[in-house]
Amino acid sequence: MPHDTHDDEDHGQAPPSDLALRVKALESLLVDKGLIDPSTLDAIIDTYETRVGPRNGARVVARAWSDLGYLERLRTDATAAIAELGFGGRGGEHMIAVENAPGVHNLVVCTLCSCYPWPVLGLPPAWYKSNAYRSRAVIDPRGVLAEFGVSLPRETEIRVWDSTAEIRYLVVPERPAGTEGWDEAALAELVTRDSMVGAGLALSPRGRVG
Amino acid sequence: MNGVHDMGGMDGLGVVDSRDPGPFPKAWEARVFALTLAAGSLGRWTLDESRFRREAQPGERYLSMSYYERWFEALTDLLVVHGVISEVELARGRAEGPSPPLAVTPEQMAAVLSRGGPSQRLVSAPPRFSVGDRVRAANFHPHGHTRLPRYARGHVGMVVRRHGAHVFPDCNAHGEGEQPTALYQIAFEAHTLWGARAQSPGLVHLDLWEPYLEPA
Repeated sequence: MPHDTHDDEDHGQAPPSDLALRVKALESLLVDKGLIDPSTLDAIIDTYETRVGPRNGARVVARAWSDLGYLERLRTDATAAIAELGFGGRGGEHMIAVENAPGVHNLVVCTLCSCYPWPVLGLPPAWYKSNAYRSRAVIDPRGVLAEFGVSLPRETEIRVWDSTAEIRYLVVPERPAGTEGWDEAALAELVTRDSMVGAGLALSPRGRVG
Repeated sequence: MNGVHDMGGMDGLGVVDSRDPGPFPKAWEARVFALTLAAGSLGRWTLDESRFRREAQPGERYLSMSYYERWFEALTDLLVVHGVISEVELARGRAEGPSPPLAVTPEQMAAVLSRGGPSQRLVSAPPRFSVGDRVRAANFHPHGHTRLPRYARGHVGMVVRRHGAHVFPDCNAHGEGEQPTALYQIAFEAHTLWGARAQSPGLVHLDLWEPYLEPA
């Protein structure tokens, strides 16, 4: 994907790019017009860089693995069940949890743009927004999963969820074997961001599964 | 619109690079993200229109632009089209004359983000389809915004869930109001969509509004 991770303007070595200058100019104009408060921009960035991220979703999954009553509520009304843990708002107004099980694997995509459940997973990773993922997840899910190092049995049914409306999907990966009796905090450590999109599996107690 | 943004099922767009450089590899990307959210909270346009402005970028440019470059070009278009800033101001980088101070504070923005913007609405009209109904996605090629991807058009799937009525993007993106309409979760068999290339057993689910569907 055309996502260049080269920090040309952040290290003060090279001159800022044309785009960086245009962004700065637009911000200055909007501040000058009284339409934007720069401290609001800083607060938004801080929220999504440090506060809202996949550890939220990991707590939801760990609770669902540990508490059957919670799992039932997550199945009935995922938005409300997620709100019980204090997560909700922009990008997570209408949540549905989809569960992996033996013989069933779920994979979430947004082919039209980059819809993603922000309150539980944070902002989407570069690959989720990439042309490659958006184009192929629906037609070649096994090929995409292979690029993440995930290979599933031939008979496993793959259910792809294309986020075409404001409904946002959270994958509940299968609970790894060998975690009987683990508490929620320990279980949450096994729940990766990719596993909650379906591009990965939960970690096994001794390392990566699959 | 039949744009390049509607890329589900296309070939030739590369392999997936599963590495994650973090949300904002470059400082300007974080500013574009925050500017888009803060400017959106002024209430001059809808989320649907903002999606439309991104997908309406020229196709060749869309494919070559980075993610936040698309956001930036769309934000600039939205600000000018809605008269929030003028072309002259954009060129000069300075405000032309006074304007009312409307900026939201960090506290107000935090409340906006934690409240979110639910798209579900209560309507009295009953939904036309029931769970289990077979439906065909319309052969439908509007010039404007739509959330019915090309790869599903003309194909038959099954209603697996009713989501209630939600704001209809095809209208809301174009200043025609919310026009809340029944929304359904539709499951398509992979072989229905992709023929011999399908990876069976497999399903592809889409959330589709009633006007996109006909009985099958």
